[in-house]
Amino acid sequence: MTTAWVKSERQLDRERLRKTRGRRSASIATASTIVVLVLIVTIATNAPGWPRVQETFFNPQEFMKSLPDIWDGFLLNVKIFLIAEPLILILGLLVALARGLKAPVFFPLRALAVAYVDIFRGVPTILLVYLIGFGLPALRLQGIPSDPVPLGIIALTLSYGAYVAEVFRSGIDSIHPSQVAAARSLGLGHGKTMRFVVLPQAVRRVVPPLLNDFISLQKDTALVATIGAVEALRQAQIHAAKSFNYTPYLVAALLFIMLTVPMARFTDYLSARTQRRRGQ
Amino acid sequence: MVRPSMLLALGALATAVVACAPADNTATSAGPGASSAPTACTKDQLKLRNAGKLTIGTDKPAYEPWFKDDDPSNGQGFESAVAFAVAGELGFDRDEVKWETVKFDTAFAPGEKKFDFDVNQVSITPERAGAVDFSKGYYTVKQAVVALDKGKYAGVTGLAQLADAKIGVQVGTTSLDAVQNVIKPSEQPKVYTEQIDAVNALKNGQVEALVVDLPTAFYVTAAQVEGSKIVGQFSSTGGTPEEFGLVMEKGSALKSCVDKAVEALKSKGELAKIEQQWLGAAAGAPELK
Repeated sequence: MTTAWVKSERQLDRERLRKTRGRRSASIATASTIVVLVLIVTIATNAPGWPRVQETFFNPQEFMKSLPDIWDGFLLNVKIFLIAEPLILILGLLVALARGLKAPVFFPLRALAVAYVDIFRGVPTILLVYLIGFGLPALRLQGIPSDPVPLGIIALTLSYGAYVAEVFRSGIDSIHPSQVAAARSLGLGHGKTMRFVVLPQAVRRVVPPLLNDFISLQKDTALVATIGAVEALRQAQIHAAKSFNYTPYLVAALLFIMLTVPMARFTDYLSARTQRRRGQ
Repeated sequence: MVRPSMLLALGALATAVVACAPADNTATSAGPGASSAPTACTKDQLKLRNAGKLTIGTDKPAYEPWFKDDDPSNGQGFESAVAFAVAGELGFDRDEVKWETVKFDTAFAPGEKKFDFDVNQVSITPERAGAVDFSKGYYTVKQAVVALDKGKYAGVTGLAQLADAKIGVQVGTTSLDAVQNVIKPSEQPKVYTEQIDAVNALKNGQVEALVVDLPTAFYVTAAQVEGSKIVGQFSSTGGTPEEFGLVMEKGSALKSCVDKAVEALKSKGELAKIEQQWLGAAAGAPELK
């Protein structure tokens, strides 16, 4: 005969204590958050320069006037991002794989991959956008685009490809050698080992840092403005120059935040999920 | 869990923020408070950024024909000459003029300015006048279309023919307004950060025509792009002529004095002389209708 398991007196005590403590810390956190917010808002709005800040940065008329144009520009940012992202993934993966080739015959390929990463990770992205945006068309070769958008996409892909290659490589390196050894002992070659054993694990591991790079890329699409594309930042600049008011910049900033914050939360969620799956 | 140390930190943060406030206070009240202008325009009664010196701002690089050799302090180039002439009217010697590099964007940034006035080919518009004070106009500006001799648009005689052109302009200029409001091209104009970028785009064939103000167009065709020409000039605004003005802080105490100086230069014919000397070539481009 079995009796149903009941929580011990001590366990019940423990749970009660945890609950009251939890409630207490939640209320303290809420109260202090409210106090801090109220403090910040009162201090800011009572500062002597506030009317001026409000007029220059939070002007509702300017906001509404510039929003449609900046929104149009912002769609171009999204377009650049969506095209560049898959290209970067492909380029990054290829470079990472090239760096992983051990056979002597592949030395030139390996050296090229290392040189590529060193150079393009070392050059400021804005400089690269400039060099490609004005340099490539100056060659006047057939088939090279002269429009700033494809040129900007090329520049961003080259720059971020180098970062992403390193992320992939760190993921590949993080897979324990025993996995490779096991795969080889099953008779899989280098290619198949990579394809079926190493990469699936490696890619899963580097998804959060990859997304981190893509959040960065979303913002850096604004660099394409420097070579003539009229995207969100440039539209904001145009409006700001017309009215000498900074509110359009705020509009552009809000739009970028709208794009990056969901991505950041998604990254958080993925990391949390990985943690959970590891049973922590 | 909220640790006591965290609460302490928040408290410290709050006090730090409070402690900041009075500093801002004194800084900002100096600006608008100064608008009770002294009427006399003598040197020692002007409210200046730096005591005893007239501080003039302009962008860097400073382009010809407005400045020469990227050095505004040499008195060469139209705007440098105008600035020194205005300074002279206000009673400043050449060595009492201090030049500051002021990016176009910062010229209209709120808060304290680091210049007494800024001279940077800024067109006077009512919208902009809401944020800064402008002096009386010192130059009436026209827009010009520049194209390569071998390009598709070298022989254009009317604005309507530019409807399908790829046009390049510099951001923040009224040239962009002119393109959008007067030419109305079917393709969105390319907007560059610096004038030199737009010029390079023309050289590279990334744009087919450049719209800049007329004096700049003369410099572009003469010195910057070989084998280019001014196709013609046009007026960016229908009615009132577009004028360049000196930029001052909103509510600047200097405005009335600077205005007087510009007026005096105009009536003495000094301004016309400077214009003739530095921008004389800018006359005589064909009008585009």
